[in-house]
Amino acid sequence: MGDHGPAKGFGRWLFTTNHKDIGSMYLWFSFAMFLMGGVFALVIRAELFQPGLQLVEPEFFNQMTTMHGLVMVFGAVMPAFVGLANWLIPMMVGAPDMALPRMNNWSFWILPFAFALLTSTLFMEGGGPNFGWTFYAPLSTTYAPPSVTYFIFAVHIMGASSIMGSINIIATILNMRAPGMTLMKMPLFVWTWLITAYLLIAVMPVLAGCVTMMLMDIHFGTSFFSAAGGGDPVLFQHVFWFFGHPEVYIMILPAFGIVSAIIPTFARKPLFGYASMVYATASIAFLSFIVWAHHMFTVGMPIAGELFFMYATMLIAVPTGVKVFNWITTMFRGSMSFETPMLFSIAFVILFTIGGFSGLMLAIAPADFQYHDTYFVVAHFHYVLVPGAIFSIFAGVYYWLPKWCGNMYDERLGKAHFWLSFVGLNVTFFPMHFVGLAGMPRRIPDYALQFADFNQIASMGAFLFGFSQVFFLFIVIKTIRGGKQATDEVWENPEGLEWTIPSPAPYHTFTTPPAVK
Amino acid sequence: MLFFSKRPTIKSLMSVKPFVVFSLLALSFQAFAKSGEVAAGEAQRWVTNMTQGVTATSHEIYDLHMLIFMICVWIGVVVFGIMFYSMIMHRKSAGAVPSKFHESTLVELAWTIIPALILVAMAVPATSTLIKIYDTSDADIDIKVVGYQWKWQYEYLGEEVSFFSNLTTPQDEIYGRAPKGEHYLLEVDEPVVIPINKKVRFLITANDVLHAWWVPALAVKRDAIPGYINDVWTIVDEPGIYRGQCAELCGKSHGFMPIVVHAMEEVDYQQWLVAKKVEAEELKLAMSQSFSMDELYARGEKVYQTNCVACHGPTGAGGVGPTLIGSSITTGPMNGHLSLMINGVQGSAMQAFGEQLNNIDLAAVITYKRNAWGNNMGDMLQPVDVLNHKRSL
Ligand code: HEC
Ligand SMILES: [Cu+2]
Repeated sequence: MGDHGPAKGFGRWLFTTNHKDIGSMYLWFSFAMFLMGGVFALVIRAELFQPGLQLVEPEFFNQMTTMHGLVMVFGAVMPAFVGLANWLIPMMVGAPDMALPRMNNWSFWILPFAFALLTSTLFMEGGGPNFGWTFYAPLSTTYAPPSVTYFIFAVHIMGASSIMGSINIIATILNMRAPGMTLMKMPLFVWTWLITAYLLIAVMPVLAGCVTMMLMDIHFGTSFFSAAGGGDPVLFQHVFWFFGHPEVYIMILPAFGIVSAIIPTFARKPLFGYASMVYATASIAFLSFIVWAHHMFTVGMPIAGELFFMYATMLIAVPTGVKVFNWITTMFRGSMSFETPMLFSIAFVILFTIGGFSGLMLAIAPADFQYHDTYFVVAHFHYVLVPGAIFSIFAGVYYWLPKWCGNMYDERLGKAHFWLSFVGLNVTFFPMHFVGLAGMPRRIPDYALQFADFNQIASMGAFLFGFSQVFFLFIVIKTIRGGKQATDEVWENPEGLEWTIPSPAPYHTFTTPPAVK
Repeated sequence: MLFFSKRPTIKSLMSVKPFVVFSLLALSFQAFAKSGEVAAGEAQRWVTNMTQGVTATSHEIYDLHMLIFMICVWIGVVVFGIMFYSMIMHRKSAGAVPSKFHESTLVELAWTIIPALILVAMAVPATSTLIKIYDTSDADIDIKVVGYQWKWQYEYLGEEVSFFSNLTTPQDEIYGRAPKGEHYLLEVDEPVVIPINKKVRFLITANDVLHAWWVPALAVKRDAIPGYINDVWTIVDEPGIYRGQCAELCGKSHGFMPIVVHAMEEVDYQQWLVAKKVEAEELKLAMSQSFSMDELYARGEKVYQTNCVACHGPTGAGGVGPTLIGSSITTGPMNGHLSLMINGVQGSAMQAFGEQLNNIDLAAVITYKRNAWGNNMGDMLQPVDVLNHKRSL
């Protein structure tokens, strides 16, 4: 009963139904995609280092912006969170594994195919997708390179993977909790993932519909998005952003969960306002469905539409503010120490809030007429995604890695990684606020001379940030291969069932449900 | 250790109230806001803030932007102030003992209601500005703006004046073979001309993919969408040349389709308009004339450099479009060549130039292609031939 180890060889990974193995594969995959998306970003930043066209032609530049966005969103951030969910949710709710282990295997293994397909388009005639990660029609239909069909198919596979993963997570959380683990006792990471999974199930089919309509327009003579045939290019944007806006919360809600686990541990004080955190997450998820057209303030909506979407968007600041206030109050009068996971979490709170501020500015429709499609927007969403999603993932990895592999990471190296990333990130993205306000449009391979100075700084920051992540890889491998033996608790009095099992976590855990107080 | 610890200087640091530090920071932000106000000149370096622009709307948007920004800064001062205060004062290494409190409905209510009130305060001016921006009624002048891959067309409704506006920055500057000029990438052959102090309405649409027409100094940005006509308006206060760019990804040369608005006194504008009409009349007359080979070739080269290089390359060797050297079209029958130029190629980037170029330019560019780059066909085309061909369609 439950004491056999993993299978030997490659078959272990190919056929595994073990949530820990699958979690690890998700995390490694997402890290590989993170590096690949990072290389694309560095091509962009290298070209933008100075005005003029130096390294790449505009066609290829557009492929790089598109692939960078797609790979980072669908390949790096989302699979990383699913990886963390796989590792942690069963251990946090006291379940032996995910509810649907075989489907779990499938959800992961179709992903490498999706991304192989997507990446292969770069080598096709006419090049890869070059219409931005938002792939607005008709640039992505009538005017797209032939490889767009592969892109559509890849998106379908990614969507299927996400939906299967979400079903699994919901089924696990709702059915597999240990006796006594009531919903309002669940760790916030479990809560935020539960809500995220519902968001995914709601919007991934919309994305699938969107790309299917594109497919029909391209190959089967329909005109959903072609004005010449009686279709509507603006319809595309409504459908896309109905998916796209919840999508950005899909990439941030699990991050909220991670930070809500880490800050109490290192403040040595229980999370302030647990219940309000749950309600705030739910409110954000609800609001995320009624704000999509704030991405479209300049398409010429009627004024009633502009006002509605402006007000609804501004409202999101309220539950988001509640979260930030709760984290800060958790720190207040605690007894804080600043280990690497805490540093990343604190940076998360500060920088995500800055991204929230610029988000609030963007919500103001008349002002958005000046900000829209400039580098100000690029700065905004990188502030919420890099120190938001990515930093929370780093924080989570440092926090739980000792539990996973049984060894402590090297605190000095972890802190060095933090500071390199922190400096690199701000040097890269802060100047983008300035060039955006000064009038630099996004997605251009070359720019007017007045934008040169800040672009140069941003490019240098990007290379610093990029290379720090290779350093992260080194730290993780070093930790897995050895290091100080981690205790079962790892940290000082951390909360959660995952700390009650040995480090490293055995291949099978909670084969008999734990008792929950 | 990281956030200042243990060392003796720390005591003194800690006595500095974080609030003071943050307030200073906020004040310097406020000063920065002021410094943004002088940044109106062109090609200025290190610009960090939005332009105030030259219209009532742009001023209002600038003020709104600064208002929201300053509110955010002050919220940041308070929130981060408290956060840094606890990070410094409530450290384990300083012997802090954790409290146990973890709930307070009152506090939660307060920080739900207060932000909501602040939002209402932001929404009021935003709404009033938006309503003004949306009032496009009673325009003095209507200009239709059409986005093409990758140029803008301006049509003065009711005036029979219409022209394309193309980037004039030479390829040599873009590829670093020549020094870059002051208005690198922000210069065009024909700017759109408007009078000051008149309500000008732009009716914006697109011919192929989405574009967006944006001039920061006018605070006008609106998407150009095939099948839609979006209207926006402006009243410019000061004569001047205002530059902007396409703001919606529209393919390869998205970064190379600038917008230049030349705002001038009403009298100058009227003169310009008359000159444009005379030019159009002259062009109509010229349509029936015959040109020599040299004239056509020289004109054709110019037409090619502005309209075709982006896709077919400076030497006709191709790029997005196929090579034109020895191609079955450029060295094939004249009629087929002409038809292709007039109708374009459906479903490809090759546009129908029959509507975009006048008959002289069509005749010229075709003649040029047939005789340039060693194509040496020796034949030529007159504007009347183009006219006859168009009639026969
Ligand atoms: C936006 C890009 C673009 C621009 C601008 C453009 N073309 Fe083209 N052109 C193409 C493409 C793409 C094709 C190939 C169409 C096809 O057959 O699918 C093409 C085809 C042609 C051909 C036929 C070549 C052959 O052998 O099949 C000729 C001739 C031509 N273009 C001339 C011109 C001229 C003259 C101009 C300028 C007035 C011009 N093009 C501007 C993209 C462009
Ligand atoms: Cu454009």
